Amino acid sequence: MSEDIILQASGLTKEFKGFVAVSNVDLTVRRGTIHALIGPNGAGKTTCFNLLTKFLQPTGGVIRYNGQDITAMQPADIARLGLVRSFQISAVFPKMSALENVRIALQRRRGDSFDFWRSEKVLAGLNHEAAALLEDVGLTDFSATLAGELPYGRKRALEIATTLALDPEMLLLDEPMAGMTQEDIDRISSLIRRISANRTIFMVEHNLSVVASLSDRITVLARGEVLAEGDYATVSKDSRVIDAYIGVGHG
Amino acid sequence: MATQASPLDTPRAASPGTAGMPVLHMVIFAGLLVLGLIAPYVLYPVFVMKVLCFALFACAFNLLLGFGGLLSFGHAAYFGGASYVSAHAAKIWGLSPELAILAGTGAAAVLGLAIGSLAIRRQGIYFAMVTLAFAQMVFFFSVQAPFTGGEDGIQSVPRGHLFGLISMAPDRNLYFFVLAVVSIGLLVIYRIIHSPFGQVLKGIRDNEPRMISLGYRTRRYKLAVFVLSAALAGTAGATKAIVFQLASLTDVYWTMSGEVVLMTLLGGMGTVFGPILGAAVIVTMQNYLATFGDWVTIGQGIIFVVAVMLFREGIVGVLARIIKRPL
Repeated sequence: MSEDIILQASGLTKEFKGFVAVSNVDLTVRRGTIHALIGPNGAGKTTCFNLLTKFLQPTGGVIRYNGQDITAMQPADIARLGLVRSFQISAVFPKMSALENVRIALQRRRGDSFDFWRSEKVLAGLNHEAAALLEDVGLTDFSATLAGELPYGRKRALEIATTLALDPEMLLLDEPMAGMTQEDIDRISSLIRRISANRTIFMVEHNLSVVASLSDRITVLARGEVLAEGDYATVSKDSRVIDAYIGVGHG
Repeated sequence: MATQASPLDTPRAASPGTAGMPVLHMVIFAGLLVLGLIAPYVLYPVFVMKVLCFALFACAFNLLLGFGGLLSFGHAAYFGGASYVSAHAAKIWGLSPELAILAGTGAAAVLGLAIGSLAIRRQGIYFAMVTLAFAQMVFFFSVQAPFTGGEDGIQSVPRGHLFGLISMAPDRNLYFFVLAVVSIGLLVIYRIIHSPFGQVLKGIRDNEPRMISLGYRTRRYKLAVFVLSAALAGTAGATKAIVFQLASLTDVYWTMSGEVVLMTLLGGMGTVFGPILGAAVIVTMQNYLATFGDWVTIGQGIIFVVAVMLFREGIVGVLARIIKRPL
C-alpha cells in the first residue's frame, strides 16, 4: 500500500435484509486531497459514508485507514485515530453554549473524563483555545449563545469548529451544504478550502457547483455501485453519469 | 489575548458553574439549609425527614434523566433494595446507622452496575422497559427471599447510635443526621453535574452520535452515571429505612419508580432544584391528604396531566425560563 493513500475501502458491501444498499465498492482516498462522493438520490452515498465511519457495520469488504484495518472497530475508536465525521443534520449540542460545544471536543485531550468529583473549573484552561477556534469560523460574538439558538448556517460553522478542535487528520463531511443559503455556502466553501490545507477531506455533497469548485477527485455512486471516478471534467462528461442523473430524474 | 480574557473568565449566566457555583445557587442552597434547620421545630420531624429522603431520591433520579438523558423506569429497585440492605444491616448485623446506610448505598451501586450494564445497550423506550423488567425481578425477589420478610418487610429496625455514640432514638437527633446525609448527597450530585464528567453527560444527553464521532465511548459514561444515580437513590432508600425503622415492599414496587418520575417532572427535569420541590409537593400531598385514601392517587394523576399539558419544564423549569437563569 502506497504512503499517500490515507483511506482505502475494498469490496465494501452492505445488505439490509435482501436489499443491497452498497455493493462491492472500491474507494481510494489520497492524502491531502478533497474527495467528493456524489450520486443521484438513493445511490447509497449516506450508507457508504456511515460504513466508512463505522456507524454502520459492513456485511462485506475491508476498510483500511493509514494502512490499519479498521473494519471491525467501534466508531469512537476511529475518531481517536484522527478520522472524524460530521452529520447531515446539524450536529451541535443545543443546550450548551457555542464555547462549550467546542470545548467538549478539546476536552478529549484530557483522555477520559470520568472525574465526577472535580469542578468543571479545570476545563477553564481550554476556554481560550475554544475562543480562538470560534473566532476562526466567525462566531466570536456568539460564544455565550446556546447552540440551539444559532441560525442554521452558524450551526454548521460551529460544527466545523468543534470538529477542528480535535485537529483530525481526515474529515468526513456528510452533505456540508445541505439546506444552506448561497451566502452560507460561500462562507463554508472557503472554510473547507482553508482547513483542507494540511488535511484530507472526504465529503458527500449534493450541490454540484460546490463539488466542482472544491474537489480534487470525485467518485460517482449509482444504485450502490461505483459508476465513475476522476476529476470533475472527466466525470461530468461521462455518459453513464449523465444517464444516471437524468435517467433517475434528479433535481 | 488580554482583551479576550475578561469576558471568558467571568461566570456566564447562560451556562452555570464555569467559574464555580454561581452566587444564585449558593443563595438557594443556603436558604434550603436554613429551612432545613428550622423545619423540625415547626413541623413533625419524621415528616420532614421523609421529604428529605424523597428529595435525595428524586435528585438522584434526575441526575440520570435530566443530565444523562436516560429514563429509567425501575429506580425503585435501588431505593427499595438499599432500604432492605440497610434495615438488615442495622437489625441483624447490628451496624450503626451510618454504616447501615453505607451498606445500602454500596448494594444499590452493585445492583446498578449489574442492571445498568445490560440496560444501557438499549435506548429510549427499550431502555425504560429493560430497567422496569429488572426492577420487577428485584420486587419478586423481595417477596420471596427469606431475609426481606415478604409481606411484613423488615420491621422494628433499630435506629442505633451514630458512630456508636450518639443515640438516634430521639427524632431531633436523627433529624440532623438525616439532614447532613441528604445535604451531602445533594452537594455530591451538584458537583457531578458541574464536573468534566458532567459536561460529557450533557453532551451525550444533547447529541449522543456526535459525542461518539468526537471519540467519546459513550456507553461507559452512561454506565457510570447509571451507577452513580443508583447508588445515590440507594442512599435515600437506606436512610428512609432507618427513619421509619422499616423496609417494606412499597419502596421496591413499580409505583415507587413512577412516583419518582412524577416528582422529577413536576419540579423540573434537568434543573438542579426542581426535584427537591417536586418531592416536597408530592410527599406533602400524600401525608396531608392521606385521609382521602385513594383520592390522593387520583389527585397525583391530575397533577401529572396538568404538568405535562401546561408546564412541561416543571415548576422550577418555568421559573428558570422567566428569570433566564439556570436553576
